[in-house]
Amino acid sequence: MPAISRDEVAHLAGLARIEMSPDELDRMAGQLDVILGAVAQVREVAGDDVPATSHPMPLVNVTRPDVPRPGLSAEQALAGAPAQQEQRFRVPRILEED
Amino acid sequence: MTSLSQFAEVLDYDEALAKFDPVLGLEVHVELNTNTKMFCGCPTEFGAEPNTQVCPVCLGLPGALPVLNQIGLESAIRIGLALNCSIAQWCRFARKNYFYPDMPKNFQTSQYDEPIAFEGYLDVELEDGETFRVQIERAHMEEDTGKSLHIGGATGRIQGAEYSLVDYNRAGIPLIEIVTKPITGAGERAPEVAKAYVSALRELLRALGVSDVKMEQGSMRCDVNASLRPRAEDQDSVPLGTRTETKNVNSLRSVERAVKYEISRHAAVLTGGGKILQETRHWHEDTGITTSGREKSDAEDYRYFPEPDLVPIAPDAAWVEELRGTLPEPPARRRRRLQGEWNFSDKEMRDLYNSGAVELVEATVAAGASPLAARKWWTGELSRLANLEEKQLSEMPVTPAQIAQLQALVESGKLTDTLARQALEGVLAGEGDPEQVVEKRGLVLVSDDGALGEAVDRAIAANPGVADKIRAGKVQAAGALIGSVMKEMRGKADAARVRELVLERLPVDAPDA
Ligand SMILES: [Zn+2]
Repeated sequence: MPAISRDEVAHLAGLARIEMSPDELDRMAGQLDVILGAVAQVREVAGDDVPATSHPMPLVNVTRPDVPRPGLSAEQALAGAPAQQEQRFRVPRILEED
Repeated sequence: MTSLSQFAEVLDYDEALAKFDPVLGLEVHVELNTNTKMFCGCPTEFGAEPNTQVCPVCLGLPGALPVLNQIGLESAIRIGLALNCSIAQWCRFARKNYFYPDMPKNFQTSQYDEPIAFEGYLDVELEDGETFRVQIERAHMEEDTGKSLHIGGATGRIQGAEYSLVDYNRAGIPLIEIVTKPITGAGERAPEVAKAYVSALRELLRALGVSDVKMEQGSMRCDVNASLRPRAEDQDSVPLGTRTETKNVNSLRSVERAVKYEISRHAAVLTGGGKILQETRHWHEDTGITTSGREKSDAEDYRYFPEPDLVPIAPDAAWVEELRGTLPEPPARRRRRLQGEWNFSDKEMRDLYNSGAVELVEATVAAGASPLAARKWWTGELSRLANLEEKQLSEMPVTPAQIAQLQALVESGKLTDTLARQALEGVLAGEGDPEQVVEKRGLVLVSDDGALGEAVDRAIAANPGVADKIRAGKVQAAGALIGSVMKEMRGKADAARVRELVLERLPVDAPDA
C-alpha cells in the first residue's frame, strides 16, 4: 500500500495548476512514495514527547515597529511582469472565481 | 450573464418563517489602520497610484522575509479582548494556498487552527432596545489581497473578461477576520440581528481606534452565511441545514436585505422539494438579490500549513492585561452616559443610535453646538437627505464641525432655517464651509426694511384681493403675501419681519359693529 496514490498526485497537480502526463504521474507517485516513506521513518523515531516542529529556531514574538519603509517604485515592481498595462500587472483571465 | 434562471423563486418572508428556523453565521473582515502592512514596511494609504506601495515581501519575490507588524498584533489582541475572547498563549500563522492573481505569493498568510483570539461574545442592541448576545467563534490575523480590474466582457465582472489588471497596493494590508458561531434563536428577527451585530461591531472597532471601518470603502466587509431548518418544538435538537455564503455584503442595509433574501430563497427551494447547494453567492446591491457563485469544491482545498517564514506568537500574560487596560468604555455604556449628559429620552437616544448618528452628534456637540440642535440636524435634514441618496449618515460629505458652524449662524440670527438648509446644500455640494457658502451664494438675510418694504408693496399691489381680505380681518390670508415676498427675496428674508411689515400696511378696518 503506497503512502500516496497516483490519483492523489493527480489531484495535487490540479491544485498546483501543473499539467502532468500519465507517465509523469506514474513516475512522480513512485518518487513521492519513497520520500514519504523516509518521513514516516523519522516519525517513528520521534516519540510522543517530541513536539512537531514548524520553525527551526526556538524564537517567538519577532515583530517590527509600525514605521513605513521605502519599497519599490511601480517601475521596479513591474520590471519582472510578463505583461503590464496602466501601471498594473496584466494577467490572463481567470475562470469561475469571484 | 444574466438569464431568467438566475432570478430564483422566493417565498413570502412571513410564510418562510412560519415553516423554518433561520440560522446565521457572519464573517467580518476589517482592515486595520496601521501605518504599514502586516508583514512589511509598505505604507497603507488609501487611493495611492497603482503599485506604488509594494516591496519584495508583499509582491512575494523570492528570498523576501515577512516580519509581523507590532501594532497589527496589538490591535488583534485588543479586538479579541473587546469581544470578550480568550487570547491564545501560543499560536502561529498558516499559509492558505490558492492560485489567484490577487495574491502574488500564491498563498495568503492567515491563521488556521490557532487563532490569536477565540470563544467570545458581543452583546448587540436591537431596534427596540432589547439585547441579543452573539457568540464569537474566533478572531484571527491575516492579510488583504490585491485589487483586480477585469477588462473586457459586458459588465466589467469576471464573467466574460478577457484579462485582468492587478494592483498590489492593498496586498498585505492587515486584516482581522471575526467569525461568529452559528447564530440561533433570532427567528424572524434574524435580518435585524445580523444588521445590529455588524453595526455594534463597527461601533466597537471605531471606539478601539483600530480601523476606519468604512464599509463603503471596503475597510470593513461582511460575508453572510445562512441556512434554514424545519421549525420544531425542541428547535435546538434539529440539525442545521445546508448553508450558503453570500460574499461582500458591504453596507448595514445590505446585510439585512441579503439575510432576508436568502431566507426567502432557501424557503422556496426547500418548500418546492429542492435541495440547497452549499455554495458561495454574489450579492447584487442594485436588485437586492443573490446569484450563484461557485460550488464549494476543489477550490476549498487550501492545504493550510504552518508558515515557516514567521515565528510563533506567545503574548506575555502581563502584556495582554496591559492591553486590556487600554480598552475604551464599552459603546453601550458610553451611550447611556451620553444620554444622561444630553438629557435625551430612551427613544431619542435609540433613534440616534439606529440612524448611526451617536458619534456625529457627539462630535457636533464637541464643536460647540447644543445637543438638541446637533440631534435636530443629524436626525432631521441630514437623515432626510441621506435617505434620498440611499447613503449612511456617516457618508454624507459634511463634518460635525461644519454643522456646528451652521447652527452658530442660525443662532446668531444671520441665517433663517430656510437659508441654513440652502447653506447645507452648498456644503454638501462641496462649496466649502457654511460661512464660505453663505458668502459665495449671497445667503444673507435682507434685514433692510426699505428693500423689504418695497417688496411688500409690490406683493400687495399684485394681489389686491388678498389685501382686501386682510383688511377685512382675515389675517391668515397674509401667508400668501409673505410667501410671495419670500419668493422674490429667494428666501433671504426673515418671514416674521415680513409679516409685521404686511400687517402694518394693511390695518384691519374697524368693524362696522
Ligand atoms: Zn511590502
